[in-house]
Amino acid sequence: MTARIGVVTFPGSLDDRDTQRAIKLAGAEPVALWHKDKDLKQVDAVVLPGGFSYGDYLRAGAISRFSPVMATVIEQAKSGMPVLGICNGFQILTEAHLLPGGMLGNDHLHFICRDQKLKVENADTAWTADYESGQEIHIPLKNMDGRYVADERTLDMLEAEGRVVFRYVVGGAFADGFGNPNGSLRDIAGISNEVGNVVGLMPHPEHAVEPLVGSGRTDGLPFFTSILKKLVNA
Amino acid sequence: MARVVVDVMLKPEILDPQGQAVQRALPRLGFEGISDVRQGKRFELEVDGPVDDTALARIHELAESFLANTVIEDFTVKVEEVAEAGK
Repeated sequence: MTARIGVVTFPGSLDDRDTQRAIKLAGAEPVALWHKDKDLKQVDAVVLPGGFSYGDYLRAGAISRFSPVMATVIEQAKSGMPVLGICNGFQILTEAHLLPGGMLGNDHLHFICRDQKLKVENADTAWTADYESGQEIHIPLKNMDGRYVADERTLDMLEAEGRVVFRYVVGGAFADGFGNPNGSLRDIAGISNEVGNVVGLMPHPEHAVEPLVGSGRTDGLPFFTSILKKLVNA
Repeated sequence: MARVVVDVMLKPEILDPQGQAVQRALPRLGFEGISDVRQGKRFELEVDGPVDDTALARIHELAESFLANTVIEDFTVKVEEVAEAGK
């Protein structure tokens, strides 16, 4: 039996179907979850997809964090279930305090959409085992509220504990996907919780899983094969 | 009936690009001498019944857990007099 990976659809989710598709391509079974469900249908892991859940009217992710499904996701995540938050999902995870820090509007105040170069800083989490630490990958990025902030003490703690999972690659031409796209502190693109089962990132790996679309690269697929391997070997 | 106002501001150490954009427009409009602008949110809560200590404590809890994200924002809660309609 293969792993069952739940994908939550909130009102305003946009990338739930792409995420289900990515999970299927990786060889796992995607399970659609609804924001009003308290029951997770016995999934082995959960992905919170991108979009603008509840319109992001209060703060990005703030209203979704109190949806019925999140009560169960928070409880399960704390007892070790792997959870991945992509973009809006990352915002929900910080609002739920499953990940430290917060997400704010991009420093340039514009929506951004481009191929983004990232460095994998930690290949030991549940969602990144099929990468290598130090590897550089291209993943699409699209967001309005992608600026990761935390106080200095939290940032130092994240660095010291290896919980910065992805960093934006800076130093090249902006148009080539280099550079910090949103003013995130210390160029942080993604982080994990203490034990590595909960990971959040702003770029969208689910949009880079098929060679026919986008940049033609499939750099996002290892997210979904990593978790599959972890669950099947568990 | 009473009104309770919750003001939410980004913590002082956090960059506020919206406030900066507003501040940068000021000289163009002929407003000189304003060295910084920060933009926040104001929530006006119309409360049924008296705003006693218990009600206020509940609203404080609401502000702390939902209206503000205390990782990045500060908030204040104050009770405002509401003029009765028709008087």
